[in-house]
Amino acid sequence: MVRLKEHPILDFPPGREVAFTFNGKEIRGVEGEPIAAALHAAGVRVLRHSPVLGRARGFFCAIGTCSSCLMTVDGVPNVRVCTEPLTQGMVIETQKGHGHLPID
Amino acid sequence: MKEVDIAVIGAGPAGLSAALACGKSGATTLLIDFMDAPGGQLIKQTHKFFGSERQFAGTRGIQIPSIFINQLSQMPNVQLVLGVNASGYYADSGVLTLEDGGKFIKVKAKRVIIATGAGEKALAFENNDLPGVYGAGAVQTLMNAYGVKPGNRVLMVGSGNIGLIVSYQLIQAHVQVVSLVEAAGRIGGYLVHAAKLRRAGVPILTSHTIVRAIGEETVRGAVVAQVDQSWQAVPGSQREVACDVICLAVGLTPLVDMMWQAGCEMKYVPALGGHVPVRDENMRASNPAVYVAGDAGGVEEASSAMISGEIAGISAAVSLGFRAQDADARLALLKSDLAAIRSAPAGEKIRAGIMSAMACGGER
Repeated sequence: MVRLKEHPILDFPPGREVAFTFNGKEIRGVEGEPIAAALHAAGVRVLRHSPVLGRARGFFCAIGTCSSCLMTVDGVPNVRVCTEPLTQGMVIETQKGHGHLPID
Repeated sequence: MKEVDIAVIGAGPAGLSAALACGKSGATTLLIDFMDAPGGQLIKQTHKFFGSERQFAGTRGIQIPSIFINQLSQMPNVQLVLGVNASGYYADSGVLTLEDGGKFIKVKAKRVIIATGAGEKALAFENNDLPGVYGAGAVQTLMNAYGVKPGNRVLMVGSGNIGLIVSYQLIQAHVQVVSLVEAAGRIGGYLVHAAKLRRAGVPILTSHTIVRAIGEETVRGAVVAQVDQSWQAVPGSQREVACDVICLAVGLTPLVDMMWQAGCEMKYVPALGGHVPVRDENMRASNPAVYVAGDAGGVEEASSAMISGEIAGISAAVSLGFRAQDADARLALLKSDLAAIRSAPAGEKIRAGIMSAMACGGER
C-alpha cells in the first residue's frame, strides 16, 4: 500500500479523487496534493530525463528549490511538480530537453 | 503600485513569527509564500518541539502554523498572500516583484524581511542523480504532509537529528529502514532519537558511507563501505544493500538568492550551512532595508527560527517608528532565549558561525 491509511500521529482524511493524464495515460490522484505525490503514489518515479546525457531524474527536495522535477503541465514546461497542486483533468507530460513555451 | 511598510517573504516558522511581530507593532505588513498553505516546513514536523513554552515546547510542529494564522487573521494591518512567488527584489527602488498565477505584481516595501528558509544539500557519489535518491525533507514531505510512502526499503545517509527523526518517522509509516550510515565515527544527533532506532532494530553504521547508487532508471540498491579517518573507503569493506530509496540527511543550505539580489554583504560560513548575509544582532543586513530571519540567515532549527523571526519583525518595525509597548523588553527576552538555545554543547558550531556572520569584512 503506497498511500498511508493508519498512522500513529497523523490523520489522512480521504481527499477528493481527480483524474489526470501522465503521457496520455489516465491516472487518479487526490485534488490539491502536489503532482509529484500523485505520480509517486501511482508508481511513477522517473519524472524526466536530463537534456544532455538523458539520465533519469526524479524529485529530490520536494519543496520547490532544486529543479530536479520539472515537467510540462497543461502545455507549460518547467513546472516544479513537487509543489504544483493537482487539479482535475491536468495534462502532465515528461518534457523534451529544456522545454518550449507554448505559442499563442 | 501597492505600498506596505514591511513585506515578509516566506511564511514558515520565521516568517510567521516576524509577521506577527510586525502586525503587533501597527506596521502595514504583507506576508508572502509561494505555497498554498502557510507553515513552510512545519507542515511535516510531526514531532513535539523541545525547549521553552514561548517556542511551543510540547507542541507538534504541524500544529504551530494555525496558532500564528489565527492571530494574524485578526490583524487588519496584516495581509497574507499564498500561492504567490516573490520573484525579485530591486534594491535601488525597494520594489518587490511577485508572480501570481501568471500575473506580475509590483509592491513597494519600506522594509523586507527575508525568511526563505533552507534547501537540502546533496552528497557526491556515483549515480546520486537516480530517481529514488531523495532529500530527507522530501521523504518527510511526501509521507507526513501528503500520506504517500516514499518506498519500501530506505537506506538513510546521515545521523544528525534530521536523519534520526526521519528514520523513526519512516518506521511509523510502516516503511523499513534497512540501515543508517554515518561517515563520522559517532552519531551526530541526540542519542534519545538514535536509541529509538536501535530499539526498532535499525542498524546504525558509523564510519560508513554510501559509495554508489545501483539502478538504471530508479534506485534498486546501494553500495556502502567503511571509511578510514581520512574519509577514504576501506578496501574490501564494500557491500551491497538492497533498497528502493536512498535518503540523504546531510544538512541544509540557506536559500539566499534574494539577499544576493538585494546587494547584501554575504559571507561563506560553513557552520551555518553556506553563504549567509552579514547581519547585526537585530537581524538587519548590510542593506538597511533588508532583514533576515530563520534558516535563511544560517541553518539552525524551527525554534530559533521563530525567535530570530520575531527579533527581525520587532526591529524592522522599530526602524520605521512602529514600536509596540513591550518592544525593548521583548527583544531582550528573545535574545536571551536564543543564547540559551545555542548554549548547549551542540550549539558551539552555531555560536562560532553567528559570531562570524555578525563580523563585517574579513574573509569572503
